[in-house]
Amino acid sequence: MSPVNTSAAGRIATGRPLVKLSGIRKSFGPVEVLKGVDMAVEEGQVVAMIGRSGSGKSTLLRSINGLERIDGGVIEVDGECVDPGQIDLRALRQKVGMVFQQFNLFPHLSAGENVMLALKVVKKQDKAATRAAAEAALAKVGLGHKFDAYPSQLSGGQQQRVAIARSLAMAPKVLLCDEITSALDPELVAEVLGVVRRLAEEGMTLILVTHEMRFAREVCDRLVFMHGGRIAEQGPPAELFDRPATPELAQFIGMVEAR
Amino acid sequence: MAYSFDFSSLLDYTPVLVDGVATTVGLTAVSTVLGVALGIGGAAARTSTVKPLAIVVGAYVELIRNTPFLVQLFFIFFGLPSLGIRLAEWQAAVLAMVINLGAYSTEIIRAGIEATPKGQIEAGASLGMTGPQIFRYVVLGPALGKIWPALTSQIVIVMLGSSVCSQIAAEELSFAANFIQSRNFRPFEAYFLATALYLALAVALRWAFSLIGRRMFAKGVARA
Repeated sequence: MSPVNTSAAGRIATGRPLVKLSGIRKSFGPVEVLKGVDMAVEEGQVVAMIGRSGSGKSTLLRSINGLERIDGGVIEVDGECVDPGQIDLRALRQKVGMVFQQFNLFPHLSAGENVMLALKVVKKQDKAATRAAAEAALAKVGLGHKFDAYPSQLSGGQQQRVAIARSLAMAPKVLLCDEITSALDPELVAEVLGVVRRLAEEGMTLILVTHEMRFAREVCDRLVFMHGGRIAEQGPPAELFDRPATPELAQFIGMVEAR
Repeated sequence: MAYSFDFSSLLDYTPVLVDGVATTVGLTAVSTVLGVALGIGGAAARTSTVKPLAIVVGAYVELIRNTPFLVQLFFIFFGLPSLGIRLAEWQAAVLAMVINLGAYSTEIIRAGIEATPKGQIEAGASLGMTGPQIFRYVVLGPALGKIWPALTSQIVIVMLGSSVCSQIAAEELSFAANFIQSRNFRPFEAYFLATALYLALAVALRWAFSLIGRRMFAKGVARA
């Protein structure tokens, strides 16, 4: 295979590993949730992690920006290495954006202030630059007109788009999305997925944990199926869906398609 | 009834009363600012991951909350000079009130901090913010907003409790009332007026804090 992969969506991955996970281990008490996971994501790739709840996919995603302390292994993002001994994770977190299931907007700040806060206190940008960056980020998710609205005045879909804008404004190298449509009413899912789809088309590196199988199939370059704390299978979505190699994946696909 | 009321006799003591009210307001204002600041620091320490710090602050809170204010005040005013620390009446009063309010507000503010959804702290961390930045910009505002009514009540209690400071001759409102009734022998009138003034001060304080709370913390709070 040539080093340049063209995905189903017509995007081009560069072949440079941007995120590299080696031997990631994590236990919660006596329960080992990640049993030595290796994974690499190239710049511009869109990767979806699927699997049953408890398979370790969310834990793996959360370990990439240090929200879960790993017990073993190395995380490397754009040359920034983190091992279990690392205390200060801020350098890593500046390269990795994250969007959560529950949006996690700061309720006392307007949409614009939510986006501006980290630009101001982390990136130490001046007022004008911060404001301009926040306006641009909100415009990108189609919410330029909601700059002064508070989270409580926005729908779930709008809140999640503000959360995406807040992450994007920090100019991360990779964006992690942790079940970002799971808390939304069905009619609001599409507007959020639309934003993610556009990011993918623009070449943003994305790692998603998702239950939106149709979306994963259409937008992702690669599916990673996790089972029992390990990557059981991975590959192009069409291949995995049509010819699952493990009985676990076959069963999982059967379950989600029966819904 | 043999007793005939004579409130006009209080008029001669107007300057004493004005001084007393001013001192009560002053004591309360200074100890509120310093006490709440101490409470914010204490709550941050008690919820921090630095265990020894959390334990020391916990001990302070329990010590103050489980001993009488009068004894705390006497200890500072009469006890500390044995160690060579001599404080004026107002200094001892302020110190005792700050230490007292600091302990209670630590507990009140801690409750607000602990009600912060974990996801918001994670969102701050994932944006690259430091722990202190997350505390200051993400946690503190909503936490104070949530516990503002409880904190207001505690400050009213401290304001009313400042009457105890008359026992070390801090010349606040209760001291003024004591002074007046010892001169004109009209305790009913003197204490009636003191009661009315305390009531007015408490109502004004609650009103002011409610106004401040609405100005500072109502942003983004869903209105039904």
